[in-house]
Amino acid sequence: MAYDKFEVLTSTAYPLPTENVDTDQIIPARFLKATERKDFDINFFRDWRYNADGTPKADFPLNKEIYAGSKILVGGRNFGSGSSREHAAWSVYDFGLRCVISSAFADIFKNNCLNVGVLPVQVSAEFADTLFAAIMADPKTEIKVDLPNQTVTLLATGESESFVINTYKKDNMLNGFDDIDYLKNIENEITAFAETRPF
Amino acid sequence: MANTLFDKVWDSHVVRQVKDGPDVFFIDRHFIHEVTSPVAFLGLESRGNSVVYPARTFATADHNTPTINQHLPVADPLSANQLDALERNAKKHGISHWGLGDLNNGIVHVVGPENGITLPGATIVCGDSHTSTHGAFGAIAFGIGTSEVEMVLSTQCIMQQKPKAMRINVNGKLGLGVTPKDVALYIISKQTTSGATGYFVEYAGDVFEDMSMEGRMTVCNLSIEMGARGGMIAPDAKTFEYLKGRAQTPKGADWDKAMKYWETLYTEEGAEFDVEFNYDAADIEPMITYGTNPGMGMGVTKSIPTAESLEGGVDTYKKSLGYMSFNEGDSMIGKEIDFVFLGSCTNGRIEDFRGFCSIVKGRQKAPNVTAWLVPGSHKVVDQIKAEGLDKIITDAGFVLREPGCSACLAMNDDKIPSGKLSVSTSNRNFEGRQGPGSRTLLASPLVAAASAVSGVVTDPRTILNANA
Repeated sequence: MAYDKFEVLTSTAYPLPTENVDTDQIIPARFLKATERKDFDINFFRDWRYNADGTPKADFPLNKEIYAGSKILVGGRNFGSGSSREHAAWSVYDFGLRCVISSAFADIFKNNCLNVGVLPVQVSAEFADTLFAAIMADPKTEIKVDLPNQTVTLLATGESESFVINTYKKDNMLNGFDDIDYLKNIENEITAFAETRPF
Repeated sequence: MANTLFDKVWDSHVVRQVKDGPDVFFIDRHFIHEVTSPVAFLGLESRGNSVVYPARTFATADHNTPTINQHLPVADPLSANQLDALERNAKKHGISHWGLGDLNNGIVHVVGPENGITLPGATIVCGDSHTSTHGAFGAIAFGIGTSEVEMVLSTQCIMQQKPKAMRINVNGKLGLGVTPKDVALYIISKQTTSGATGYFVEYAGDVFEDMSMEGRMTVCNLSIEMGARGGMIAPDAKTFEYLKGRAQTPKGADWDKAMKYWETLYTEEGAEFDVEFNYDAADIEPMITYGTNPGMGMGVTKSIPTAESLEGGVDTYKKSLGYMSFNEGDSMIGKEIDFVFLGSCTNGRIEDFRGFCSIVKGRQKAPNVTAWLVPGSHKVVDQIKAEGLDKIITDAGFVLREPGCSACLAMNDDKIPSGKLSVSTSNRNFEGRQGPGSRTLLASPLVAAASAVSGVVTDPRTILNANA
């Protein structure tokens, strides 16, 4: 699935400091019954965003007007644990987010994000706390995520931290490519390898 | 240099190493189910690709399937649509398919091993995080996302960074009423849900050597719950015995050839791990969770820890206990329950039903409890009947249902109602996991059985001691 290229993103951010946010919260299992990839934003954080009667929960950050339109989510430690459902990453993307920042991500969620055009940015616990504090103090605080230079910067103060991403994934994000493009290019090598497998 | 089991299997599947990037990693076996595959097939077709090795992919319907009246059309149109899509896609691309009504149908991580598809030294993926189950056979098995499902269908490879290696040793003898599920929940409680993130785990020591294949599958299944990519156990005589003669295992000369390879699959003396942990079997008692992630577990006789005694987020901890309607310091023993769920890819195997029956035999289901007993596959159902366990179940006032994932993730009709408390043998106690507002206590089949007959959270040792 092609996605828009990612270079430099400057945006306000939704704060969600809860730790161990699992993908069942990001999108509950009962909303995984589609056979096409569309409109996963509707049920993004369904049970945290809405009351049982369908009314929005006013105090949930994703419902607060003050953050509306933000393209970044700053999440608590161990974000995206649990189920491998890529629907969680789709719902992040469909909601309009292009970047999730956390001090730790679960592996499968992180891979899924990279595969669908959402940049997972892992920062130190201290820098995550700095970001939360800044957003809480001023919801209009802007964060700049610079993929070419691999830095994340709090614009108001200039505080900055670099982040790690391997060159291959970085190139993919910068160009909007994905792994299938790469693998299809080395098809002969894979076929030759497959013939050596014992079973 | 001495190699680990993990190194041996991983390194033999690397087609190419990408400079400052992931490995191109070859996949021997690919399981697909109805929930995470439809969009992958759409992607494959929209790019004009085909399934390169259809014989390496296996489709089974499990997440959405009803557990009663499976002979009737599936009532929920969205579920029916996903099940149809799986069948259609499998047929169109020449992939074997075990749909509802097929005698081989069941939960993907139960039917794979049962049919001899899961083999030592193989690489196995599926769009389901509990694919780690198959590591019990000395395979490298892990969950993937839908983009990766499409990758495997169209190229038989995925691009993966090699994880770091962790070894967890548990030595000694397990006490009365302590099962593989308890061993796993104990390890997760020590590691937390993120302790093994970035690692692949090898389980070693007497406890795993003594464990049945079913037990090993339960342990490896739960590896993902501490953040590990997967877990594995070196294959041994017990593994080979389990595999021999199964429908899809190699036969004759192929078996002999495979055995030669499989016998090389162990961690060599002196091989180094990035990190290693040692636990003592004697410290493990029957476990139960009290919070909203599988790391929030404790011995069933213990009390819920106070927030101050833990490291890290107090707010998150209190939110979790608030959701469960529990207080710091509460004892779980004696808490009234509403539901019991025996099943899932964690504990839906024959050994789990044997354990459950060892407790409920000659007793009666508590009137306040609704119990859903859901075998992992039709083969498990057949075995339950062959061993007469169905009679024990019926005599005790329980009903045996038909196979599927069921209340583990509640995509079908088996949902725990809001606010109700369930003792569940499945793998996740996340908020709303078993239905919106549901509250889940993860435990072994023995704890589930003891609680099902007494109506409150119960230490199975009290019943086992009474039986003795």
